[in-house]
Formats: sequence, C-alpha cells, structure tokens
Amino acid sequence: MKRASLAGALVAVGLTLATATARADGSPRREVVVGSKKFTESVVLGEIVTRILTASAIPATHRAELGGSRVLWDALLHGDVDVYAEYTGTLTREILRGESDGRGLAAQLSEHGVSLGPALGFEDTYALGMPRAVAERLGITQASQLTAHPELRYGFSHEFMDRADAWPALRSRYGIASSHVTGLDHDLAYRGLTHGDIDVTDLYSTDAEIRAYDLTVLRDDRRVFPEYQAVLLTRSDLTSRAPRAREALGVLEGRISAEDMVAMNAEAKVEKISPGVIAERFLRKLGIDPSHAAAPEVGLASRVGQRTREHLFLVLVSLSAAIAVGIPLGIVAATWRGLGRFVLAVVGVVQTLPSLALLVLMIPLLGIGTAPACAALFLYSLLPIVQNTCAGLVGIPDDLRDSALALGLPAGTRMRLIDLPLASGSILAGIKTSAVINVGTATLGALVGAGGYGQPILAGIRLDDTRLILEGALPAALMALAAQGSFAWIERRWMRANRTAPATGSRSE
Amino acid sequence: MFELEGVSRTHGASVALQRTDLLISEGEVVVLLGPSGSGKSTLLRLLMGLDPPTSGVVRFRGRALAELETQAFRRQLGYVVQGGGLFPHLTSERNVTLVARFLRWDADRIRTRLDELVALTRFPGPALLRRPDRLSGGERQRVSLMRALMLDPQVLLLDEPLGALDPITRSELQRDLAEVFERLHKTVVLVTHDLHEACALADRIAMLREGRVLQVGSFEQLRDAPADPFVTRFLQAQQDHPVAGEAP
Repeated sequence: MKRASLAGALVAVGLTLATATARADGSPRREVVVGSKKFTESVVLGEIVTRILTASAIPATHRAELGGSRVLWDALLHGDVDVYAEYTGTLTREILRGESDGRGLAAQLSEHGVSLGPALGFEDTYALGMPRAVAERLGITQASQLTAHPELRYGFSHEFMDRADAWPALRSRYGIASSHVTGLDHDLAYRGLTHGDIDVTDLYSTDAEIRAYDLTVLRDDRRVFPEYQAVLLTRSDLTSRAPRAREALGVLEGRISAEDMVAMNAEAKVEKISPGVIAERFLRKLGIDPSHAAAPEVGLASRVGQRTREHLFLVLVSLSAAIAVGIPLGIVAATWRGLGRFVLAVVGVVQTLPSLALLVLMIPLLGIGTAPACAALFLYSLLPIVQNTCAGLVGIPDDLRDSALALGLPAGTRMRLIDLPLASGSILAGIKTSAVINVGTATLGALVGAGGYGQPILAGIRLDDTRLILEGALPAALMALAAQGSFAWIERRWMRANRTAPATGSRSE
Repeated sequence: MFELEGVSRTHGASVALQRTDLLISEGEVVVLLGPSGSGKSTLLRLLMGLDPPTSGVVRFRGRALAELETQAFRRQLGYVVQGGGLFPHLTSERNVTLVARFLRWDADRIRTRLDELVALTRFPGPALLRRPDRLSGGERQRVSLMRALMLDPQVLLLDEPLGALDPITRSELQRDLAEVFERLHKTVVLVTHDLHEACALADRIAMLREGRVLQVGSFEQLRDAPADPFVTRFLQAQQDHPVAGEAP
C-alpha cells in the first residue's frame, strides 16, 4: 500500500541518518570531552581547558553551551562529559545540597566519582546590579536598602529565581517584598535594564556588562551569597583513560584572576571575539603554545549544512518513531473508548510539559546528545498523530462502518483495508502538524548537545548577536515551511489517489 | 431463517424496539415498512448482529446470534445501505471483490462471478474500474448489490436501498431488484418507508410504528383487516399522495 511505503520511506531515511551518525561517534571514545554551560564565561573556560589538553597532545573536544548546572552535572555523572568548570557555591548550595556532613567538598565529590580539580583563581559570585543612574537617584549602594523601595521591578534569570542560594535566600534574609519579580533569560535582562523594563537584576561578579552597561553592583551587606570559587570538576576515571590530563590541567591552578575573566568576558560579549581566539590569546599569555590546537574556521555554508543534517536527523528519527507508535495508539484509542480517553489524557499531559523540562528530565536516562532530544521530540510528536488517528477512525460515516462490519472480515483486515484508508486524510494532517511543531521544537535540542539550528540561536542570544540568531532561526523557519509544504503536497496527492476527503462518505447524491 | 423472540433494544432512556416477536422464513421477501423512527433500521441491525438485543433473543437457523461465529455468520448475509456504503478509496470492482480476495478465491472464479453479477444487476461493465465518486447514484446501488451478492449469501438485507435516488432511476432499480429477488430465491429483508416499493417487492409486509410491529401480512391483509388504525392511516396517506414519479 502507498501509505505503508510512505511511512517505510520515512523510517528508512531516519535509520540511514541514524547509522551514519552512530558511525561518526559510536566508536569507543578516546577523546576527553570538555563541557560548558550556556553562558559566555563557561564557554570561554571550556575553550581554554580544551586547548590546554590538545596543546599537551591529549585529544579533546568541547561540547559547548549544554545548558545549566543540572545538565552539566548529570552529563558528568553519566560519562558524556569528562571535565567542566563549576563554582564551589553551586556545588555546596545546589548540587550537593543536603549532603553536607562536615567533610570536605573533595570527599563528597569523590563519592560521586568526581574529582575536585584545580581552583582557577577567581571568584564569580552572584551579585545584584542596577543602572547607576537609578541607584544614585535612590541612594542605594547595598542590598539591604532595597527594602525601602517596594516599587522596584526585579528581573532575574530563571536559575537565580529557583536556586535555594539565590533569590529565595536573598528575599528572606533581606525581607524584600516586591510584587514585580519576573524571570527571564540572563542575557535579556541587560536589555531590560537599558530599556527601563526592570530596575534590578542578578549579575555574576565577572560579567562584562557591569562596565558595558554602566551598572552599580550592590554590596551583599548581609552576606547571603556563598563563595563561588571557579574550579574544574573531572571524572575520577579520567586518570585511567588520559593519565596526563590531570597534570596538563594543573597548569591552570590559580592562574585566572577576576580581572582576566572580566576582560575575557568583555572580549567575547562586547568585542564579539570568538571564545576560541580568546582562549588562544590567554594560553599564549600563560606561555603555552596553542598552535597545536588551532581548529579551522568553518564556512557559513558547511556550518549550515552540518546543522541541517543534525536538525533533519532529530526531526526524522523522532517523527518516524512517533508515526510508528502514534498510529497504533490512535487505533487503540478509537477501538476501546475508555482506554482511549486514558491514552489521550496521558499523551496530552506529556504535551503540556515545558519542552525544556522534558529535555532535562531525559538526561539522567539517556545522557546528552541526540538521544534525549529525539526522545523528547518523539513524545511531543505523539499527541497530534494519536489524536488525529483516533478522530479519523471515529469519524468514519455510519453507513461505511456498517457496510464494512457486514462484510464479515476479521477486525485486523477490516482496519487495514478499509478503516485506516478512510481515516488516512486525518492521519496525514496529524503527521503534518507533528512535523511542523517538531522542526521548531528541535531547536531546543542544542541545549542538551544535540546540535541543529538551535546552536547558533543559543550562541546568538548569549552574545546578543542578531546575525547569529538568524543563522539558526531562518533555516529553521524554512525547514518548517518545507515540511508544511511537502506534507500538504503528499496530502493532495493522497486525496486525489484515494478520493478520501476527510468528511465524505458516499452519501452525497 | 430468522426468529425474534421478545426482542427489545433501548438506547439509554429511549426505546428503539420493544418486545418484538417475528418469524422470517427461508426464501421470502419481508419488507419492514414504517415512518422514520419506527424502529425498522434498528430491527435490521439486530438481525445482522451489529447491535445486540437489550433483552430477548435473535436466532438464525435456530441458533442464537450470540452463539454464532460472527465473521462466518456475516458472510452468509449481504448488506446494502442507502447511498451504497461503497468504500471511496476502492474501485467498484475492488469494492465487490474485497472479501473474495481476502478468502483467496482464484482469479478465474472471481472473474466468472463478476460477469454473472454484472449481467444480473445490469451494471455497465467498464464502470467496474471507476471509483464510487465517478458513478451515478443508481450505479452505486448496483455495485452495492453486487458486493452484497458476491459470496452468494443466503440472506439479503437492504436498508432503504432506493432511498436516495431520482424517480426514474428509482423505478428502474426497483424493477431490477424485483427480478433479482425472483430469480435468486433468497431470504430478503428490506427496509423502506415507501408503500409502493413495499407492494412491488414484498411477499409479506411488517408494519412498524414507534418501536412496535403492528401487523405482519400481505398488502391486502393490511388493507382489508388492519390490526391498528395507524395501519389504515399510513396506507391511505401514501395512496392519496403517490410518491413522485410513480405512474398512477
């Protein structure tokens, strides 16, 4: 049947791509994998660490901009990442919260198979910042003075809002009672400050923006924020796989000062110098020759090509799986109505989970990379397919349903030869919806290291670089349009071939 | 052939058919006649086992439908619905031969049977390759009739088979149906609200109203010895206002 061959073709394309990718990174890993969070300082540190390793002839790759602390920590435990830069405050207050038992941090970490690497030499603690003009007008220099001005509007990064050691601690210690508190992306917060949409935001004490936006950093006079020493975390088993890695990384001990870090952050964010170049310059300052490590700059066309392959892979694999599972689920839902309501409810609930949350939930199970992204996209694609399969089958006109039943065919045969073809218009429409949603949602895959068009979008938001954002957003929009168009074409062809417009029986005379 | 004993069928609070006894003998043409909502189609669906009775029992050749193997039982029935109920994604020929192909009849046997049916139903042969949306209303009913007869079933069940046709097609098809019933000697149960159709086709008429069988008998018996004033009213209403297109 044509329907079967269409689904077959989709699955085949997906599998081909899957095996191609598997060959690319499926062999036992010898490279040291360096991870970084999705903010500039972490990316720059990731580049420095990677280049130090390669300069010592230790093969290393950098999986940049993976997400927040939780993503990196899970990836480290799972073995997807071998080393990344973390802050001691984040470890004690957030990641290892509740495990503190008076022993040292190193001892606690080693229980998780993680070694506390060299301290880099600077501290990047949380701080509150206001535009200097506003701060001077209100005469605010320290955090405790904020309570006198309940009209102030606060815009905090999501992580800052949620972390026990950040906003919740700050609010209760200082007794700040403002109803104007919104969560937004850290990089967008600065724009909010300059546009006057918010008055106070959270900063890192090494942020380049403090100077760039002329901000006043408020003194933490009640000492709410903990120490945030920058340290490297490595998997304990790295010693056996790359014996010289520890020694190579030891070079960094105490070598990056806060001034160095602010300067490097400013180079990246204000001067738009690529983190790789910044890292090379810094290594030269340390007397290390990074020439070994020079990665060739990749042209726009091959960059977009690579991301298109990654993005298509995510979409095709997850969509094929959703078709393979969604249509049978839709049949189940249409056949047993009680069970059907349950199935639709479950699939519907999955749809309401924020996509970011779903992606992060997948990491402990599937690690980072394409696997968790495909799994999350698969779950998102289910609802339209299940729903439309069910609706298409339930909506078969009574005269056709009775005529089919009267033939005395076994249920499976009747489904295959009559019911599914009659519902095919609705099913195709469901697949089309899934495909289009999928192309858009797949951009979030970059947060868990799956690549795709989300990669430049993330970097663009981080660097406030519209050109970079468009480099991801435009092809993503084009791909969504292409998906919409090609499925519409398939639908028309299918309808013409089968005379199965969604709402006709043969009743019309 | 069929035996209904105290059969009721309710949909929630409403009663579609109440405590009905009816015997349908082998080889006779029984027409279920009545206004819309009288329970005719419900009765037909009960005979096919599409709906189970709420109470009472339906027997086919002495055995309750519930005891029969559903698929094998349904293959002994041919069903024609108003509008034809043809599957729009299949050609006429595929509609007709769907089950025979599933039963792995060989090509010759299928061809022979198709030829017989085309002749019997006076269907224009080349139109077999068309899909239902390229057929006229009358052709669709003929395809539907061929599909019902393909396996040479013992029983034909027809639900308003002429209901959606223009007057000329209608009278042609009615004539051809009468001829087919005559030649095949099958047990036929036909649902209609049209008295003239009933008279032309029926051996016996079962008159229904509001979920009850009021009377079963020939047209003459219904006319001359009505069991209920409604029977007379129904007959007179239709005799006074003949259905358009019927010659007086």
